[in-house]
Amino acid sequence: MGGDAPGLRVDTVRALRDAGITALLAFGLFLPLVGFQTVTDVRNDLILVTRWPLLLAVVAVVGIGRLAYSLAVEPWLRQRALLPATPAPAWRVQAGKWFLPFAIGFVVAYPAIVLATAGFGRAVKWIDNFGIQVLIYVMLGWGLNIVVGLAGLLDLGYVAFYAVGAYSYALLAKTFGFSFWILLPLAGVLASFWGILLGFPVLRLRGDYLAIVTLAFGEIIRIVLINWVDLTNGYAGITGIPRPTFFGIPFNAEDDGFAAVFGLEFSPIYRTIFLYYLILALALLTAFVTVRLRRLPVGRAWEALREDEIACRSLGINTTNTKLTAFAMGAMFAGFAGSFFAARQGFISPDSFTFLESATILSIVVLGGMGSQIGVAIAAIAMIGGTEIMRELDFLKLIFGSTFDPTQYRMLLFGFAMVLIMIWRPRGLISTREPSVVLKERKIIGADLVKEGHG
Amino acid sequence: MEVFLQQLINGITLGSIYGLIAIGYTMVFGIIGMVNFAHGDVFMVSAFIALVAFLLLTSFLGISSIALALFLVLIVAMLFTSLVNWTIERLAYRPLRGSFRLAPLISAIGMSIFLSNFVQVTQGPRNKSIPPMVQGEFVLFTKNDYPVTLSFKQLIIWFVTAVLLACFWYLVSKTRLGRAQRACEQDQKMAALVGVDVDRTISMTFVIAAALAAVAGTMYLMYYGVVSFADGFVPGVKAFTAAVLGGIGSLPGAVVGGILIGLIETMWSAYFSIDYKDVAAFSVLAITLIFLPQGLFGRPDVEKV
Repeated sequence: MGGDAPGLRVDTVRALRDAGITALLAFGLFLPLVGFQTVTDVRNDLILVTRWPLLLAVVAVVGIGRLAYSLAVEPWLRQRALLPATPAPAWRVQAGKWFLPFAIGFVVAYPAIVLATAGFGRAVKWIDNFGIQVLIYVMLGWGLNIVVGLAGLLDLGYVAFYAVGAYSYALLAKTFGFSFWILLPLAGVLASFWGILLGFPVLRLRGDYLAIVTLAFGEIIRIVLINWVDLTNGYAGITGIPRPTFFGIPFNAEDDGFAAVFGLEFSPIYRTIFLYYLILALALLTAFVTVRLRRLPVGRAWEALREDEIACRSLGINTTNTKLTAFAMGAMFAGFAGSFFAARQGFISPDSFTFLESATILSIVVLGGMGSQIGVAIAAIAMIGGTEIMRELDFLKLIFGSTFDPTQYRMLLFGFAMVLIMIWRPRGLISTREPSVVLKERKIIGADLVKEGHG
Repeated sequence: MEVFLQQLINGITLGSIYGLIAIGYTMVFGIIGMVNFAHGDVFMVSAFIALVAFLLLTSFLGISSIALALFLVLIVAMLFTSLVNWTIERLAYRPLRGSFRLAPLISAIGMSIFLSNFVQVTQGPRNKSIPPMVQGEFVLFTKNDYPVTLSFKQLIIWFVTAVLLACFWYLVSKTRLGRAQRACEQDQKMAALVGVDVDRTISMTFVIAAALAAVAGTMYLMYYGVVSFADGFVPGVKAFTAAVLGGIGSLPGAVVGGILIGLIETMWSAYFSIDYKDVAAFSVLAITLIFLPQGLFGRPDVEKV
C-alpha cells in the first residue's frame, strides 16, 4: 500500500469510533418509537409493549452501515475524486443517441411484452397498476414541468387542477351523459380556466411563498370537494363514472361490445390495453407540445422569466401573460390527466387529490431534473414504478416472516428516496439542459448555469 | 358575549400551540432561508414521544403525581425531539446547504413523508387516545345558563407557553448563542469570519425549534388526548401560516401570528362553519402573502438587481 497518498489511508480506529457514535445516536433516535410500541389492549386502554430485539437490530444495521461507509464507500469516493475526469466512452455516447427511439419503442411495445411474458391473466395487473399508473405520473410530471421547469413557478398545488379535470369529467359525464371524447378537451379547458383563476392572485409571489400559497389553494379545493356534499358527494366520492369507449364501441360483454364487434373472446384486458395507449398518447402529446412550445416566443419568454424576472420585464415581456399562460398550459394537461384518471377508475373521491400527490408530482419534476423531459420520465418510473414494485415483493415474507407486509413501507421508502436522491444529485437525475436558442454552436448547458427560478 | 369569551379562551390556547410550532418555522427560515416542511411532522413525532413517555412513566414506573409526570414527559419529549431534528438537519439539509434552492425544499418534503410513514409503520395507523391527564376547570361566570370556563389544561398550556417563551426570548436576545444566531441570520460568511461556528449555530437552531415543537406536541397531546400519525400536516401548515402572518423571520411575530390563527380558527368554527375552518386558515395564508407579504412584524423584502 506504499503508493497510497496519505489522505487515502483507511483509518480503521476512526471508522470504528464513528460507527460506535452513530449506533449510539441511532439508539437514542429509535428508542422511543421503535423500542416501544403503543397498542390497545383488550380493555381498550393504551399500553406499551417493548420491542428490544427490533431496536437492537435497527441500531446494529445503522452502526454496521456507517462502518461499511467509512471503510469502503468513503475511500472509494475519495479515490474517484482524485482521478482526472475522463470523457464519456464512445459506447455511452452512442447509447445516449439511441436511448430515445428505444425508449419510445419499448413503451409502445410494453403491453405486447407483458402479454408475452406474464400471460393473459396476470397481464392486466402489470399493464394497469404499473404501466398506466406510471404513465399518468409521467404525464403529470411533464405538465408540471411547464410550470416549474420552464417558467420557474414553484407550484405545490398542482393536484388541484388534476382534481378539477377528474370532477369535471365525472360530473358532466354522469349528469349530461357526454362522451369521454367531448369531455376530455372540455376538462382541459376547465382546468386551465382554474389555472388562470388561481394564477391571478399569486402573480406577485415568488419562490417558496408561491409554493405555499399554491399549496393552500390545493388544500382549499380539496376541502371544498369534501364538504360540498350536494355536488361532489363528499368523502364517499362519485361512483359509476362512465368508462371511455373505443370511438363509440363500449368495452363490455354485450353483442355490440368491443370483443364481439372485432370477433374476439371477451376479456377486460382490451380495455386496459386501450387505456394504456390512450394515456401514452396523452403523455406523448404533452411532451410534444412542450417541446414545440419551447421554440415559440411564449416558451422562450417562460425560460427568460425563469432566469430573471426583472430583466424580462425591462425587455418588454409581459410577465403577467407569460405566467398565466404557463399556469394555464400546465393546468390543462393536469385536466386531461384528471379526466383520464376518472374514466379509468370509474370512481373518484377527494382522497385521490391530497397534498401528497402534489408533493409527489413536484418531486418527480425536481428529481428528474427541472426542465428535462427524459429526466422527469425516468424519475416517474423510478419513484412510482419503484413503489408499485414494492407491492410485488412477496418473497420478502420468506425472510421477515409471514406477517411482513412490504406495501406498508412503500411511502416510507418513497420519502427516504426523495431525500437520498436530492443529496446525491441536488440538480436532479438529468442536470443538463439543451438550449432552445443558440449562437453559432450547439452546446449542452450544465444545470449550474441554469437558474432554478425564484418564480 | 359569553360564547365569544369562551372562544377567546379556546382560541388563545390553540394559538399558543400554533405559536410554539411557528417559532420553529420562522427561526429556520430566518437562518437558512428554507421552509422546513418537515417541521409539522417533527411536532407530530414529539407528540408520539410524549405519549410513549407518559405511558412509560405512569404504567411502568408508577408515577402518580400528574404534575411530576407532565414535567418529566415534557423534558423527555424535548430531549428526544431535539435529537431527531438535529439528526434530520445533519442528514437531510446540511449536505444541501448552498445548493440550489429547491433541493432543501424537496428534501424536507421527503423527510416529512418519511416521518409520518415512519410513525405509521412503527406505531400503527390508528388514532392513539389516552385518558385525560388533567381534569377540572374554573367556571369564570355563568350567563344565560352558559358557563364560561377556563380548564386547568388551558391554564397549564398558557403557563408553560409563557414560561418557555420567556426562556426562549432570554436565550435569543441575551446569550452568546442567540447573538451568534442573529449574526448568522444577517450574514453567514461574515459571521464565520468573526469566529462564529456557523454549522453549530444552525444545528442549535434546529434543536431549539424542535424543543419548542416538542412543548407544543406535549401540550397538544394533553389538550386533545389523542394523536395520530397524520396529525403533523395540518397543524404544520397552520403554524407556517402563523409565521407568515407575523412576518417570517420575526420571533414575536410568530407568537402573535399563532394566537391570531388560533383565534380565527375557533371564531370561524363558532360563528360560521366548522367544516370550513381549515379553509379559513388557508385563506388567511393566501391573503397575507398576496397583500402583506412581509407580515405584521417582518421587514419588507427588497430585491436588488
